[in-house]
Amino acid sequence: MIGPEEGVMQSRAQAMAAIFELLTDQPLIVCNGFPSREACKLRDRDQNFYMIGSMGVTAGIGLGLALAQPQKTVVVFDGDGNVLMGLGTLATIGALKPKNLIHVVFDNEVYGTTGNQPTYSRSVGLDKMAKAAGYVNVERVWEKEDIVYEFKTMLADSGPSFLLIKVNEQLEEADRIALSPADMTKRFKQSLS
Amino acid sequence: MLEADDFVKGLQGIGFDFFTGVPDTILGGIIAHLTEERIYTPAVREDEAVAMAAGAYFGGKIPAVLMQNSGLGNALNVLESLNLIYQVPCLLLVSWRGFEGKDAPEHLVMGETMTKLLDTIKIPHRTLSAETITDDLQWMAKTFMEQRIPVALLLKKGIVKTVQP
Repeated sequence: MIGPEEGVMQSRAQAMAAIFELLTDQPLIVCNGFPSREACKLRDRDQNFYMIGSMGVTAGIGLGLALAQPQKTVVVFDGDGNVLMGLGTLATIGALKPKNLIHVVFDNEVYGTTGNQPTYSRSVGLDKMAKAAGYVNVERVWEKEDIVYEFKTMLADSGPSFLLIKVNEQLEEADRIALSPADMTKRFKQSLS
Repeated sequence: MLEADDFVKGLQGIGFDFFTGVPDTILGGIIAHLTEERIYTPAVREDEAVAMAAGAYFGGKIPAVLMQNSGLGNALNVLESLNLIYQVPCLLLVSWRGFEGKDAPEHLVMGETMTKLLDTIKIPHRTLSAETITDDLQWMAKTFMEQRIPVALLLKKGIVKTVQP
């Protein structure tokens, strides 16, 4: 399905790095597993909240924050396995339509943290589901220049926005998050006050 | 029997300003009032509701989550691997379906084991009563502030006036 004619796929870490270049002080929720470790290694910031468990509710946390602080643009880094586990949240976001939420999904079509078991995103288009649910801006991208262009546009436009980035399965060597969960709550909450 | 608007006012008086959840008949009156006041955000699953409450808490809100006790099962992983380890508090307003075995079959196991389940995962809880409500709310607020973890108030049928379906 994904061939060279559709562009050169990035690793998730490369795609994340492209987005970090565009972030200023936006709060960011990162899903559990390797995505959090990679984000922490690439660009640790007080506005990053790393999940180490509770798979499937990354976007739910982002939604709650977006509703609580409508003046801030909230960014969510999610994975295909996570979105599939909490599919109902696409409906909640699509119905509530928070203008200040950008939902980025790094879709490698596998449960990468547990050994690359395939997910259903190979045959189910998560972007189509987000569109059907009512997200306002929905894009599917592969290449770095498209990631940058679409994310910039989403930062400027009213959401909710859904950016599906097809990435390869490569994992970045990254340690577990050193900060304790309780300290992370304190740091993140402080960055928002 | 408590009026729903008095109960909600009591919670707002303590500082609660973000309400989400999944409906139950016992909670119907409270949800109807919250919806009328435009301060209720419906969730599709109880774990999503607890996650939204966590996000709202990060953003400075004091959140409450309404659910039927069957929803505790859905929310269990988020309560354990988000709220309890990250010290993210919320009020859980949980209806006690299956109390003393008087309910539909699907409620009987959770109805019997709910308080033991909450004890096991170390979520403090109290069963709300009209006689002790002031004390119940004070205890809940104190536990929420001091421990920074979810605190559950259990609502039996008839404690707060509800709407008839």
